[in-house]
Amino acid sequence: MGARIFVRVQKESFDVAAEAARLTQGCTSIGALVSFTGLCRDEGGVLAALEIEHYPGMAEAEINRAAREAASRWPLEGVLAVHRYGLIRPGEPIVLVVTATLHRFEAFAAASFLMDYLKTEAPFWKKRHLAGKGAGDWIEAKAQDHAAAQKWRA
Amino acid sequence: MKALYFAWVRERIGKAEEEIAPPEDIKTVAELMAWLSGKGENYAAAFAHIKTMRAALDRMHVKHDALIRNAREIAFFPPMTGG
Repeated sequence: MGARIFVRVQKESFDVAAEAARLTQGCTSIGALVSFTGLCRDEGGVLAALEIEHYPGMAEAEINRAAREAASRWPLEGVLAVHRYGLIRPGEPIVLVVTATLHRFEAFAAASFLMDYLKTEAPFWKKRHLAGKGAGDWIEAKAQDHAAAQKWRA
Repeated sequence: MKALYFAWVRERIGKAEEEIAPPEDIKTVAELMAWLSGKGENYAAAFAHIKTMRAALDRMHVKHDALIRNAREIAFFPPMTGG
């Protein structure tokens, strides 16, 4: 049986428990559920918000590709990913990845893979808005994130 | 074809999208970037760091040597910073 895949790109916030329940509902074979939530941090109080731009259509398509690849690498019962765009304030969630499997190892691995992939392949860009200063600089891609994504290709 | 620009590429060019009609001898993504660079100072600024530029043809990531063929949509953007 194939994994159930749910992918959404949206402006609105999300509720982690409600999203996780989409995977577990009526699916009693699941023994492990891993969720990762990425939050907007305040960077020591200087950040007022992050503005996230995305490529509509391709963003959803790339996350779906990643979810299908995760499902081909590990025996997943379900995988869910939600990524937000627009203005996001410190403390608010940006991204959610949930993986459901029979046993924990695959759930952790698949969630980690998806996040590494999302960081470097999904078309989203973050711009800083600084407290009292308005729009600031675009966040630059990190070599560390690129290396993390590359290790899955090895 | 339709060209889309994102993040600082969009800001430097000053528009999010436009219809472009490159000459027929433009075959690859790299050649198209060079051609766009010649359209004005704003384009030259956007494509100044060509090595870091990422591109997508019909919403699929491609390398600079990819052939454009009859793609309907090409997008240019900096390395991604989602997640």
